[in-house]
Parts: sequence; C-alpha cells; structure tokens
Amino acid sequence: MNIEQKLAVEDLNTRYAEAIDEDRLEAWPDFFSSDGRYLVTTAENVAQGLPLGIISATSRAMLRDRIKALRQANVYEAQRYRHVLGTPRIEAVNGTLRARTSFMVARIMHTGETTLFATGCYEDRIILDGTGAQFAEKTVILDSRVIDTLLAIPL
Amino acid sequence: MTAHTSPHQWPAEGLSRVPYWIYSDPDLYALEQERIFRGNTWNFLCLEAELPQPNTFRTSNLGDMSVVVTRDANGAIHAFENRCAHRGALLCLVPRGERKEFACVYHNWTYDLAGNLTGVAFRRGIGGKGGMSPEAKPERHAPRKLRVEVLAGLVFGTLGTDPPSLETYLGPEIVSGIRRVMRAPVRLLGGYSQSLPSNWKLYMENTKDSYHASLLHMFFTTFRLNRLSQKGGLVVNHNGAGHISYSMAADVAGSEYEQAKMRSAQDGYSLDAPELLQSVDEFGDGIGLQILAIFPGFVLQQIRNSLAVRRIVPQGLERSELVWTCFGFTGDDDRLNELRLRQANLIGPAGFISMEDGAATGFVQRGSRGAPRELSVLEMGGQGTSSEESRVSEAAVRGFWKAYREQMRM
Repeated sequence: MNIEQKLAVEDLNTRYAEAIDEDRLEAWPDFFSSDGRYLVTTAENVAQGLPLGIISATSRAMLRDRIKALRQANVYEAQRYRHVLGTPRIEAVNGTLRARTSFMVARIMHTGETTLFATGCYEDRIILDGTGAQFAEKTVILDSRVIDTLLAIPL
Repeated sequence: MTAHTSPHQWPAEGLSRVPYWIYSDPDLYALEQERIFRGNTWNFLCLEAELPQPNTFRTSNLGDMSVVVTRDANGAIHAFENRCAHRGALLCLVPRGERKEFACVYHNWTYDLAGNLTGVAFRRGIGGKGGMSPEAKPERHAPRKLRVEVLAGLVFGTLGTDPPSLETYLGPEIVSGIRRVMRAPVRLLGGYSQSLPSNWKLYMENTKDSYHASLLHMFFTTFRLNRLSQKGGLVVNHNGAGHISYSMAADVAGSEYEQAKMRSAQDGYSLDAPELLQSVDEFGDGIGLQILAIFPGFVLQQIRNSLAVRRIVPQGLERSELVWTCFGFTGDDDRLNELRLRQANLIGPAGFISMEDGAATGFVQRGSRGAPRELSVLEMGGQGTSSEESRVSEAAVRGFWKAYREQMRM
C-alpha cells in the first residue's frame, strides 16, 4: 500500500458517506462497480458463519432499484444520517485493496430526535484504476443485531 | 365517535371495535404477561434446528420473561425460566451455545439441562460452620418448567396450568399450514431483530391484517407480488388464535387498483434487476405467499422462497422487539439457497415489503395516545371471525381480539 492508495481509499470513504448524509442517494450506486456487491449484516451472523443479509445486493442495478423503491414506493418518516468514519486499515492484495473502516451513524428524524442508530465496520474490496476508486464489495457489519424501527437509507 | 367504556370493559359492539386504552394502559401490561404469556397460550420459543445436538441451548422469551430452551444429553427438549432459585438472577447470560449444566454466576448454584437445581454452593457450610439447615428446601423455588411441544421443527412452550394440547390450540388448518412450510429439516440462514416503537399487540394485529398488505406496502403491489385481487384466502381458526392469509403467485385480475387510482399502483415503475423477484414453486401448490400467525406472538412467513419465523417480545407498554430467524432446508441446492438470500431483501427492517410495518404500528401508538376512550373500527369483512376467500377483511384481526379477550377474561 502506498500513500496514493491510502488517500484514494480515504477520499472514496469520505465522498461515499457525504453522498448519503446529503441525501444524494441517486449517486450512491455509482460508488460501486457494475457487478459490485453490497451486504448489510450483523456481527452475530458473521460469527456464526450465516450468510443472511439485512440488505444484500449483487449488482449496481440492484442498488439503483433500492434507491428507486425508497424514492417511489417505500413509506417511512423523513430522516437523515450523519456518518462518522474511522481511519481505514488498508491492505493491498493482488491488485485490489482491502479496507476496514469503523463507522458510527446518527439518525436524525424530522421531529428532531437524534439517536445513535448504527455502529460497526465496513469491510471493503476496492478497485483503483486510472479513472478512480470504486467498491467491488462492501460488507457492512453491524455491531448490534437490533435495528430500531427500520433501515431505509443505506449505511 | 365517542365511546363510553370504562377501563378494561370491552365496547358493546364486540370484536368490531378496539378501545385505544388497550395500547396505553400500564396496568394491562402486567396483567397480559400473567394471563396471556404465562397463561394457557402456546408460545413459539425457537426452531428445533437452533438446538442442533445434545447439550445445546438457546435463550428465548415467554412475553417479557427470559427462558432457557435446551436439548439434553438424550436429545429431549426442555424449557425453563431463566431465573436462579436463590436470588432470581439470570442463569444463562448468552443467547446460545453448548453446555452440560448451568451455573448461576452470582453464588454458583447449579442446574441440569431440564432446569432442576442440582447444587447449592457451600450448602453445608465450611468446616461445620455456616451453610443451610438440613431442613431447607431451596429446590422448591427452582425455576418454573414450561410444558414443551415440538411441531414440525417448531418448539412451543407454555406455563399454563390448564392448556389444551398444542394441536388442539391451533386446530387442523393451522397445523397443516405449518406442516406445508416446514417440509424438510431446517438449515438456518441467519437472523436479526427489529425494535418496534409500539405495543406488542399492534404488531400482531398488523400481521393478521390482510387488508393492509397491498395498501401500505406499495412495493408489493407495484410488482404484483400481492394484490387483494389475486386469488387467495383467509383462514381463521376456532378460537381466533391462529390465522393463515395466502395468495397464489399468479395475478388474476388487478384493474381495481388502477381504476381507483391508488397511490400503490404506479405505472412505469420497473426494476433494473428483476431477478430480485425470481422464485420457484418449491411447495408445488402455486401459493406464492402464506402468512401464518399464532396468538400471542408468533409468525411463520413464506413469501415466495423467503422463509422466516418471527416472534414478538414485549419490552414495556410502547416498545417491542421483533426477532427474525430466516431459514431454508438442508436439502436446498445452491440455486434455491441463492433465491432465498436474494429474496431476503423483501423482508426484515430493510425489507422492500416489510419495512413499513415497524413504522406503521408506531404511527398508531402515537396517533391514539391522547384518545384512550376512543375506538378503532374493524368492520372490513363484517364483524365475525370466520374464514373467507376475500382478504379485504379484518376477520383475523378480530380473531386476535377474540383470543385476547378469552385469555384476559375481558
């Protein structure tokens, strides 16, 4: 891992979280490669070796569908997130980068209620080429098995 | 409509009215724990597959009471209160594992896997001093044991003094609805919990409300996964405790939605990745959806190939935990396993067709808070609890209240 790679991963993380927190969700799928995978699961499932996801997508198209559903079909009270990310630990393995980043997400409801909604870590596989960095795989491992009310906006 | 009911007296209209104090009266909460969850009802505890071999256990709940479910060295399944005979501390502090006995961490009293008290630390004292009198009988305060029955891989328990058998409680149609889904040995896929901002009863009413499914859950309707015009039906059992709502996978006629210009029938909404909705008819009967719920707090779900058990744990008057466990079968091939995992996007707290339930029950809790003496109106499909072909009906919700009133003697 070199300093350019480190900066590229940190920049990707920052822009990713910012897009979600600023409600630019239509841009969210483009942080992934076209066959990118996105899995939200719990530390408990991971520890037991169980494959179930709370959200499980295997292509950018599935991510676009999720945003379309959020915008057009699903019903939930207005809310937004604030991500706080840790410093990623990065390893370069055969041309791809693996990054592990802690996160905390506060949820701010339209009523003003602000709660610590989720904590955990991202385990990412990142492709870095001439055009920029993208997630080939992003696994969101939640520390808790409990989600309060619902998980609409992606983490 | 203004009601003239006094607390704990049911409205004269019967099952077609539900008084809002039922969701907000703190005295009622404790009475429900005693009469319903620790009374003559059958409560789902866990899947038998969660106790995969001898000397394994998992914790569960009977209402808000913690219980331990075990499989002993001989393979027999037991369930008992998670409470030490001595000071009432939890005996088991972890959700699952392997163990040959339980030892309370507080004073090291020990129990076998059937919940029998087997050892009291320093019972005879040390060096002839201290300890208990030989006449003391701490065993009398041992954790209460549940009566346990296993039906098609589902473990149920009751603390009731006079419960009917599980199959009598459920009735033949509910039993066959369970056997239909639980067709083979279970393979666990994983789980999670949803913390609901509402009284436990609001979630159970929601699962028994076949009328809301295609109206609240617009994803469902838009993709014709479930419309009330699809062929299907509603089964409510004799005591109201059990219901099945089902629909066939193929859409027959759905123009009522478009004609009524409901928000749930949006044109031009198509998926970029339609494989999300791919499924196989693994049960061979064309039924694409079957929701089966049993009073007080259990749901068995088949949505296409997405199978799950859900159990509700009351956590006070206005908070409940919904525990989801998703599963397939040991004989599933890779393709079916993949379908189940992909269709899991439809369910749970982030589910395309279920995320709204957690919020909607909270809306009722908040909306009705200032109106304890007002009444909710449940007149879709008449006023009774009989089975019917139409799911534009609240018969199963009325069934819930029939079972509730019977257990609460209300």
